[in-house]
Amino acid sequence: MKILTLNFLCCARKTCKSSPASFPLHPKEASLEQIETDINALFIKNILPRLDWEAMKTLTIELGLPALPTEPPSPEALEDPDSGEPSQTLKDLHQLLMETSIESGALRCGNCDHEYAVKEGIANFLLPSHMV
Amino acid sequence: MLPTPSTSHASFENIYEPAEDSYLLLDTLSSDAESLFLTKRFGSDEPLPVILEVGVGSGVVLAFVATNAQVIFGRSDVAALGVDINPFAAKAAAQTIDVALRDLEVKPITLGTVMSDLTSSLRSGQIDVLIFNPPYVPTEPLPATSAISDETMSNSHEVFERDSKLLELSYAGGVDGMETTNRLLEQLPDVLSERGVAYVLLCAQNKPEVVKTSIRQWPGSWKAETVGSSGKTAGWEKLCVVRIWRDVVP
Repeated sequence: MKILTLNFLCCARKTCKSSPASFPLHPKEASLEQIETDINALFIKNILPRLDWEAMKTLTIELGLPALPTEPPSPEALEDPDSGEPSQTLKDLHQLLMETSIESGALRCGNCDHEYAVKEGIANFLLPSHMV
Repeated sequence: MLPTPSTSHASFENIYEPAEDSYLLLDTLSSDAESLFLTKRFGSDEPLPVILEVGVGSGVVLAFVATNAQVIFGRSDVAALGVDINPFAAKAAAQTIDVALRDLEVKPITLGTVMSDLTSSLRSGQIDVLIFNPPYVPTEPLPATSAISDETMSNSHEVFERDSKLLELSYAGGVDGMETTNRLLEQLPDVLSERGVAYVLLCAQNKPEVVKTSIRQWPGSWKAETVGSSGKTAGWEKLCVVRIWRDVVP
C-alpha cells in the first residue's frame, strides 16, 4: 500500500473513530518498496489539497524518510520558474506519495494500540469479533 | 462501448465472478447522463476525486472506472481505492486494476486495496464517489461478520468450506437482502465528503422505492434516484442502481 493510502485510513474500531489519535496510523517494522512511475505534476498539484499535511509529516518521520517542508508547497513551487521543468520539491513529493509503498509490517492505532498487519502490500483491518 | 477490464487471473472459486449486476454498474457509470453529472460535479479545477469501491471483488468495476476516468469524470487525475472482506478478492482486485492501467498513457492514482468490513477503516468525509454492489439476495438472517483466514489449507474439505463461505459473503444479504446494504447506508453520511456521491446496486426484493424514500428522510437533504436498471420482468426492474447524494452548496 502506498504511503498516500494512509492519508485516507484510520483505526477500524468504532470507539476510536472520534479520537484524533486514531489517525494517522503508525507504521511498525515497515518494509518499504519503491515502484517507479512517471511523474505527473497535475496529479501532485491536485492531490495536495486532499492531504492532511501534519499526518504526512508524522508518517515520513516515523518511516525515516526525508522530512517534508513545514507547510504544504504552493503550486508554483512545483516547477522550476525558469525552465518549467519539475522542481526538486515536486520530484520529492512524487517519490513519497506515488512511489513509496509499505510491503509488509503493521499499522498501530495511536488511540487503542491495536495493530493491523500489512502483508504483500495489503493491510488487514478486519477485527476479531470481541473488538468490533 | 468501453472495454471491460480482464479478470482472467482471478479464481472464481472464492471471488465473486463479474455478472449482470457488475455490468449494470459499468453501463450506468459510463452512461451519458451519469458521466455528465459526475463531470459537472468533479470538474477539473476541483481537488482530485477519491473513488472507493466497497466489496471490490474481482476489481472489474473499479478498474473500469479508473481506466475510463477521462470519459466518466472528465479528468484522468482520480484516485481509486478498493476494500473487501475477502483476502483473495483484495489481492485479485489490486492485480485487475494494475493490468487494466498497464497500457494507459496517463494513469490515475491507485491507492490499492485493503481488507475491511465495509468502510470501517476509512476516515470521515474523504470519499467523493462510493460504489457498492452489495450481497443483495434475500436469505436467512446473517451471522455477525468475522474474518476468514487466507492461510494455506491442506485439507480440501476445509478449502471448500472456506471458499463457500467467501462466496456466500458476496451474495447473501440476510432479511430482504438488505442487512449489509443497511449497514453501508448508515455509514454513508460519515464516509462521504460534502460533494460525495454513492452508487448502490439493489434488486427488486430489496424494495428500492422504500430504500429511496427512507434515504430522502435522512437529516441534511439527501437525494436518492434510480439512475440505471436492467432485467425488466413483467414491468418491474430486476436490478437497479441508485445514486445517493446531496446538492453541493456553491
